[in-house]
Amino acid sequence: MASLLEVRDLHTAYGLSQVLFGVSLEIQAGECVCLLGRNGVGKSTTIRSIMGLTRPSRGEVRWKGGSILGWPPFRVARAGIGFVPEDRRVFADLTVRENLDVARQVSRRPGEWTAEAVFELFPPLRPIAGRRAGYLSGGEQQMLTIGRTLMGNPELLLLDEPSEGLAPLVVEHLLEQVTALKRRGLTILLAEQGIAFSLQLADRVYVLEKGTVRFSGAAAELREDEALRDRLLAL
Amino acid sequence: MPEPSFIFGQFVGGLTASMFLFVTAVGLSLIFGVLRVLNFAHGSLYMLGAYLAWQIMNWLGPGPEHFWLAALGSAVVVAGIGAAIERLLFRHLYGREELYQLLFTYALVLVLADVCKIVWGTQQLSVSRPLSLSGGTTIFGTLVPHYNLFIIVLGPALALALWLLLHRSPAGRIIRAAVLDREMLGALGANVGWIYTGMFALGAFLAGLGGALVTPVKTIVPGMDVEVIVEVFIIVVIGGLGSMWGTFLGAVVFGQVLAFGILLMPRFSIFSVFALMAIILIVRPWGLLGRRLTR
Ligand SMILES: Nc1ncnc2c1ncn2[C@@H]1O[C@H](COP(=O)(O)OP(=O)(O)OP(=O)(O)O)[C@@H](O)[C@H]1O
Ligand SMILES: [Mg+2]
Repeated sequence: MASLLEVRDLHTAYGLSQVLFGVSLEIQAGECVCLLGRNGVGKSTTIRSIMGLTRPSRGEVRWKGGSILGWPPFRVARAGIGFVPEDRRVFADLTVRENLDVARQVSRRPGEWTAEAVFELFPPLRPIAGRRAGYLSGGEQQMLTIGRTLMGNPELLLLDEPSEGLAPLVVEHLLEQVTALKRRGLTILLAEQGIAFSLQLADRVYVLEKGTVRFSGAAAELREDEALRDRLLAL
Repeated sequence: MPEPSFIFGQFVGGLTASMFLFVTAVGLSLIFGVLRVLNFAHGSLYMLGAYLAWQIMNWLGPGPEHFWLAALGSAVVVAGIGAAIERLLFRHLYGREELYQLLFTYALVLVLADVCKIVWGTQQLSVSRPLSLSGGTTIFGTLVPHYNLFIIVLGPALALALWLLLHRSPAGRIIRAAVLDREMLGALGANVGWIYTGMFALGAFLAGLGGALVTPVKTIVPGMDVEVIVEVFIIVVIGGLGSMWGTFLGAVVFGQVLAFGILLMPRFSIFSVFALMAIILIVRPWGLLGRRLTR
């Protein structure tokens, strides 16, 4: 059976500085896969390359068996890949509600997600639906970016460092909500630096180092093998 | 001290000039607000609107209200031309240096000026007012033509309509999101390229409409493109680039300073406007209602 998403031998550069040196990974429908790696190893670049936001110089990206390499981001999104950026990027002057509605409008993907469904998943957003997104706290903005992407009814969610810069308690809540998404059957590719968030959620893990996959295997393996974990992720 | 009726006359005259210019200026401001390109060829689209209005009037033949068809038809054609220009040429300008954008749009000014000369020659052309607005009313001892009253009402109505479009409609929501984060909106599934084309077409429509509406009160001549781009540019700088109400305020201020500057410096009233722009650029470079540019 073909994977939902298959990335093969991705090479990506920003101008002259090459960041990815042949990254390959696969995601099956219903899986939660984590891209683990330290600061600057190329997690965001991998996600941006899948999304079509940064053009790889070599390699292949296949979605449900067909190539989507070179597609503009809006086509990738409409094909069912939802992107949640690392720095949240809510539309600051639009209200929470408008952020959700605009995503619904532009994605053109019918499905189950409505603003009401997003408020059910993220109850703190409901009372502030009329507030401008720029005035939200970091945690609320993170909920909003995820909710906004969900409004496009994606089949795969690319989650780039959702826990970044959030207080531990907020991260814990977020973990519950993302777990709920996973239980609903959403396929997730999660990029994280730390294992706290990722290893509780992920089925499988790819550890990136300097733009290549250093390790891939079951999340359980990393959870249980402290020595392996230290070797892969220690500074 | 001049007579009150004279002051009122100056005020109304200034306001009329303001609202004529606002139609064109708000198009420039909208295009800059969304696309972040300062289109110096905006005045050329205005001139094209004027010539096309004349042309359509010519084709339609005499008729008391043909002017309305000509004005609207001309604006629609200019919108189409704008859309084509954006698709074929402007897309290569986004994200480039300002100097490059300036040179490119200036080249477009030259090309369009020549096109107009080739098609319509260099003689002065004029269009008559629609019959329904050919009269006038005396207000406080000043005779105000009905056509001017119509323009004075049209300005705020247009501003309000554009505000509603931007802030109360689904399309406006998309446009505001595109202004805030174009890449993010694309990653959510929006074909931002077409949004830009649509925005440019709307701006061109307003330029064409401004040019067409001015034809009953101004003769159509080569050079009106450069004249209007200077005025409209001053207006958006005073008001704040990309700010719709700022453009409105800028237009009002421009018209009044011009109208009353004449009392101080009868032969050089445009200087008072330049002086105002210079002062604003020094103390508040982002304009009266604009936002400080952050990158
Ligand atoms: N737009 C860009 N232009 C040039 N270099 C970039 C750009 N974006 C990222 N880089 C560089 O590419 C490398 C990989 O960046 P990337 O953002 O993919 O890493 P990351 O794994 O997501 O890191 P982080 O955990 O800090 O988010 C870094 O060295 C970064 O400095
Ligand atoms: Mg990153």
